[in-house]
Amino acid sequence: MNDFNKQAVAPYHNNFLREVEERVEDGEWVKMCMQCGVCAGSCPLGNAWQHTPQKLFMMIRAGKRDEVLTSDSMWMCTSCYNCIVRCPRKLPITHIMHGLAHYAHRLNLAPKGQPTREIAKLFWNNLAKTGRVNELKFSLAMYFKDGFVQGIKNALAMQGVGLGLMKAKRLNPLEILGGHQCKDKAGFRKMIAKAREIEERKLGKAS
Amino acid sequence: MTKKNYAFYPGCSSQKGASASNFPTSIGVVCEKLGIQLNEIPDWNCCGASIGYGEGGLLPRLAISARNLALAEQNLPGQDLVSGCPACWLSTRESAEKLHESPTLMAETNEALKEVDLNFKGTVKARHIVEVLVEDIGFAGMKAPVVKPLQGLKIAGYVGCQTNRPFGIAGESFENPQYLDKMIETVGAEPASGYDQKVTCCGGALAFSEPEKSQKQIRDIVESAYDNGAEMIVTPCQLCQANVEIYQSEINKKQGTKLAMPVVYYSQLLTVAYGGSAKDAGLNGQLIRAEKLERLAGK
Repeated sequence: MNDFNKQAVAPYHNNFLREVEERVEDGEWVKMCMQCGVCAGSCPLGNAWQHTPQKLFMMIRAGKRDEVLTSDSMWMCTSCYNCIVRCPRKLPITHIMHGLAHYAHRLNLAPKGQPTREIAKLFWNNLAKTGRVNELKFSLAMYFKDGFVQGIKNALAMQGVGLGLMKAKRLNPLEILGGHQCKDKAGFRKMIAKAREIEERKLGKAS
Repeated sequence: MTKKNYAFYPGCSSQKGASASNFPTSIGVVCEKLGIQLNEIPDWNCCGASIGYGEGGLLPRLAISARNLALAEQNLPGQDLVSGCPACWLSTRESAEKLHESPTLMAETNEALKEVDLNFKGTVKARHIVEVLVEDIGFAGMKAPVVKPLQGLKIAGYVGCQTNRPFGIAGESFENPQYLDKMIETVGAEPASGYDQKVTCCGGALAFSEPEKSQKQIRDIVESAYDNGAEMIVTPCQLCQANVEIYQSEINKKQGTKLAMPVVYYSQLLTVAYGGSAKDAGLNGQLIRAEKLERLAGK
């Protein structure tokens, strides 16, 4: 268990529900779940979830910390918000799934190499650099995330799509040279660093 | 005509040479015709989109949205922030609401905003361009400039997720919203009434990370359009447009289908109906050409 993880657990004395309520975005809603299962049945990728939101909520209450935080399931969320609008108890389920995924990622308990976890990281790092997403660099980073050889294979497999987009002027090869960005990208980076610092201070992690 | 002014938040995909660059072309024509003045927020930044949560915590995400809100508040006072991209709209509106509800989060966010010499007071409302069209202009207003009704065209109105949930357009249902079909009627075309994939998810950002699962969604979305006699799909969402159009060739390659269903924005339909050329409507930006719409535009 790494230090951050140890610090995270300590004050809760194995009370995982309390840990989630205090440390996970919108976690205070978890206890409101009445186990009806509408979320599970409403998810477009429902079949791909080993643990549906309904199950995750019960697992949290049952104290199954490792099983929840190492689960691949919340990374299957497409952010379609179907579960939110259908939940009879009005739990912000999408946000709780995002919050659990982020918390597991932050504690480094989320499954290593989980594809959505990987691209989420690439996406954020891409936008955090200049303030705006560079779609060309993001696409290339995704293709090459599993190494050079796989990257060439991925890029070749998608070259028809890439060329089509370039022809339609919806992918600009010159973006590789920098492309669109915020004028105040230095300030933008400082602002994100500050926000992260405040958040870590709140979570009790020394930065 | 006095123009209605809005603080415009284009979003990354609507920039020149980006994946939705044909959207601003057509929405520009539509706004011009309807007396809508979009004033771009100076030096706006990315909203974090629906995938930003993985690496970005709540406060960094609130800060990036608050920077845009504060820039609008300071530079374009009194104007609603308006975005044409559902992800931008959703992230910004969610952030504005969270900040409104929590004085603690507001204080912490403003502490981060100090790094860019900004302060958000919380006076800006975040809206979607479709809300502006439906609520501020109205369907009769949208119909007024129509000079070339798109007669004989049957179109599947694909609303998707984030324009529709969790906020949606006021007065519409989450399960079967009507405004897109009404827009199709407004331009003189026929909505494919039985289209049952209207609010199905295209996979969103998971089109990149979970291609097989997303492409199953996309195949359903396209095949239902065929089944209901549609000649094209229309959508208000940039990511829906890109996913549903781009991956048809991949699905064909892997699954032996012959999908070739054009996917356009509502703004492209309006532009052609308002007498704009195919170029005005950004129809040269389609991967699957909307030939019938191009022909109507050329008449």
